[in-house]
Amino acid sequence: MTALQIIFLITAVITLGAAAMVVITRNLVHAALWLIMTFFGISVLYVLLNAGFLAVAQVVIYIGAISILMIFAIMLTRRVQQDFGPQTNAAWPWALVIAAALFGGLIWIFSGWGNFFTQAPVMGERADPLRQLGMALVSPEQYVIPFEVASVMLTAALIGAIMVAWERK
Amino acid sequence: MLNDWLFIGIFLVLAPVFPALALVIPRIIAPRKPNPLKSQTYECGIETVGDTSVQFRVQYYLFTLVFLIFDVEIVFLYPWAVAYEQLDLFAVVAGILFIFLLVDGLIFAWRKGALEWE
Amino acid sequence: MGDPITAISLWLDGLLAGWGLAPALIIVIKALLGVGALATAVLLVDIFLVWVERKVVARFQDRLGPNRLGPFGLIQPFADVIKLLIKEDITPVGADRIVYNLAPIMALATVLLLWAVIPLAPTVVGTDVNVGVLYIVGVGALGTLGIIMAGWASNNKYALIGAFRTVAQMVSYEVPMVIALLVPVLLARSMGINSIVNAQDSYWFILVAPIAFLLTLITSIAELGRAPFDLVEAESEIVAGFHIEYTGMKFGLFYAGELLHALTLSGIVASLFLGGWRGPGAESFPLLGIVYFFAKAFFLYWVIMWVKYSLPRIRIDQMLNLNWKFLTPLSLVVLVVTALLDKALVGVQPWVYVLVLLAANLVIAWVTLQILRSRARKERQRVAEPRPIARPPAAPVSSQGA
Repeated sequence: MTALQIIFLITAVITLGAAAMVVITRNLVHAALWLIMTFFGISVLYVLLNAGFLAVAQVVIYIGAISILMIFAIMLTRRVQQDFGPQTNAAWPWALVIAAALFGGLIWIFSGWGNFFTQAPVMGERADPLRQLGMALVSPEQYVIPFEVASVMLTAALIGAIMVAWERK
Repeated sequence: MLNDWLFIGIFLVLAPVFPALALVIPRIIAPRKPNPLKSQTYECGIETVGDTSVQFRVQYYLFTLVFLIFDVEIVFLYPWAVAYEQLDLFAVVAGILFIFLLVDGLIFAWRKGALEWE
Repeated sequence: MGDPITAISLWLDGLLAGWGLAPALIIVIKALLGVGALATAVLLVDIFLVWVERKVVARFQDRLGPNRLGPFGLIQPFADVIKLLIKEDITPVGADRIVYNLAPIMALATVLLLWAVIPLAPTVVGTDVNVGVLYIVGVGALGTLGIIMAGWASNNKYALIGAFRTVAQMVSYEVPMVIALLVPVLLARSMGINSIVNAQDSYWFILVAPIAFLLTLITSIAELGRAPFDLVEAESEIVAGFHIEYTGMKFGLFYAGELLHALTLSGIVASLFLGGWRGPGAESFPLLGIVYFFAKAFFLYWVIMWVKYSLPRIRIDQMLNLNWKFLTPLSLVVLVVTALLDKALVGVQPWVYVLVLLAANLVIAWVTLQILRSRARKERQRVAEPRPIARPPAAPVSSQGA
C-alpha cells in the first residue's frame, strides 16, 4: 500500500464517520458542524485526485457560504435546535436492506465499466490543469454554453430568492 | 503537484497543535475554583434574562443568500483569469458577458430594495 | 554564502540521505521541519505584535505605551503571555464545551495556515500551490466558522449577536475582495502567490491596479473587523462581541489571532500588489527578501492601525451599503476595464501598458469621486430637511433585533 492510499483511507473513514454523525447527532448545530467536516474531507479527496481548484472551490463555496447559510437558518428557527424524539422508526430494517442493495448494485454496475480499475494517468510536471480548465470554460467547442447558462441560472436563483423573500413589500 | 499540497497537509495537522498547547498549559498551572456564581453568563451586571437564542433578523439570512450566489459566480471566473493569455476575443467577451449577468443580478437586488438594512 | 536557506536544505538532504532514508521520507521530514520552523517564527512575531500594537496606539494617542519592562518595554508582551497562562479559565454554564474550546484553536490555526502560501523570500516559499489566492479565501472562510462556533457555544446573547454581525460582515466583504483579487490574478495569469510575486519583476501591480489595491486593503480591514468596521464588537451595544465569555489564554488566542491576521493580510496584500519580497538585491541575497517582505507588510500593518485609531465606527446599514452599493460595483468595473485594456494592449511596450492602465484607474477614481460627491450632496439635503419630532416611527423598532 502506498502512502497515498493510506491517506485516502484515513480521509475516507473520517469523511464517512462525519457524514454518519450528521444524521446521528441530536443537536442541529452539531449536525451542521459535522457536515462541514464532511465537506472538508471531500475537498481533501479532491486534492488527492490532483484537483486543487475543485478542492478550494469546495471549501470556499460549501464551507464558506452554504454551511454558513445553513447555520444561519438553524439559528433563525427558534427552539428546534434539539430533537428528543426517537431517531428510527419501525421500517429501519427495510431501509438497511434497500441501502445495502443500492450500494451493491452501484458497485456491480461500476465494476462492469472498463475504466473502473484503471489508475489515474500521471500528469507531467508541466501540465497545467487550471489553465486548461479556464480555456475549456469559455471555448466555443467546449463548455461556453454551460458556463453562460450557469450564470443565467444563478442570476435567476438570485431573483427568485429576492422575489420570495421580499414579496410582502 | 501533490508535494505542494503535502506541505499544506502537514501544516493542517500541525497548525492546531500550537494553539492547543497554549490551552493545555493553563490547565496545569492556572488555578481552578469554579463556582455557580462565577460561571454565570455575562449580561451587563444583571442576572441573565431569558433564552440565549434571541430572535434574529431574517436579513442576515438574505444577505448571506445573495453572497452565496455571487461567491459561486466569481469562483468560476478564476480559471478564466488564469487562462487569460491564451484566450481569444470570443472567450474574453464570454467572460465579460458572465460578469454582466452578475451585475444584472446586483442591479435587480438594488432596485428591489433587497440591499437595504432596516 | 548568499543563500543560507538553500544551503541548509541541501545539507539536510545530504544528512538524511546519509542515514539511508528513502527520498519520499526526506521530503516529508523536510516539510515537517519547515512547517515547524515557519509556525514557530510566525508565533514569535505574533507575541512581538502585541508590543507593536500597544506602542503604536500609544503614539497615535500621544502617550508612551509600555516602557517599564526591558528596553522600550520590549519584555512587556512576554509578561502578558505569562499573565494569560496563569489566569483562571472560566467556562460559562450551558456552554457547549467541545465547540467552545475548539473555537479559539480554529481562530489562530486558520491564520497560521495562511502562511503556508506566502512567499517570504525567493527561496523561502512554504509552497506555491497553483490555487493560492482561492486558498487564502477558503482558509478565511474557515476562520469565519471559528467565530460562529465561538458565538454559538458561549451561550450568551451578546456573543451570538456579535457572531452574527461578524459573519454577516465577513461574508459581505468577501464579495468585493474576491473580485478585487481577480485583478492581480488576471495580470499575473496565475493564482499562485509566488507566481504573482514573480510576475512583478518589472513593475509592482499597485502601479497598474491602484484601485484594486485599495479595495483589497479596505475589504481586508472589514474582514479583520477592525475600526471603522468594528461594529462586530461594539462595546456600547454588545459589549465585546463573539469572545465575550472567553477568559485567560482562550481570549489570548482570539487576540493573538486577530493581531496575526492583520499582519498576515498585510503580507498578502504586499505580496499581491507591492512586489512581496522584491527589492534591490533580493534575488542574490534571499535573506534581504525577508527584510523587504516584512518591511512592506509592517508598513501596511501600520496603515491599518492608522485607519483604526483615526476613524469612528460605522453603523451596520452603512457597513452593508458601503459594501454592496459602492465596493462591489466599483470592483466589477475595475475588473472589466482591466480585462479589456489588458487584451487591447497586447504587444505594446511595458511602460505604455503601465501608463494606460494607471490612467484608466485614475479616470475610474475620478468618476467615482464625482458620483460620491453628488450622492453626499443629496444626502446632506435629505438630512437637513426639518422633520416633525413627535411623529411615531412608521415601523415598530425592535430593541433586540440587532
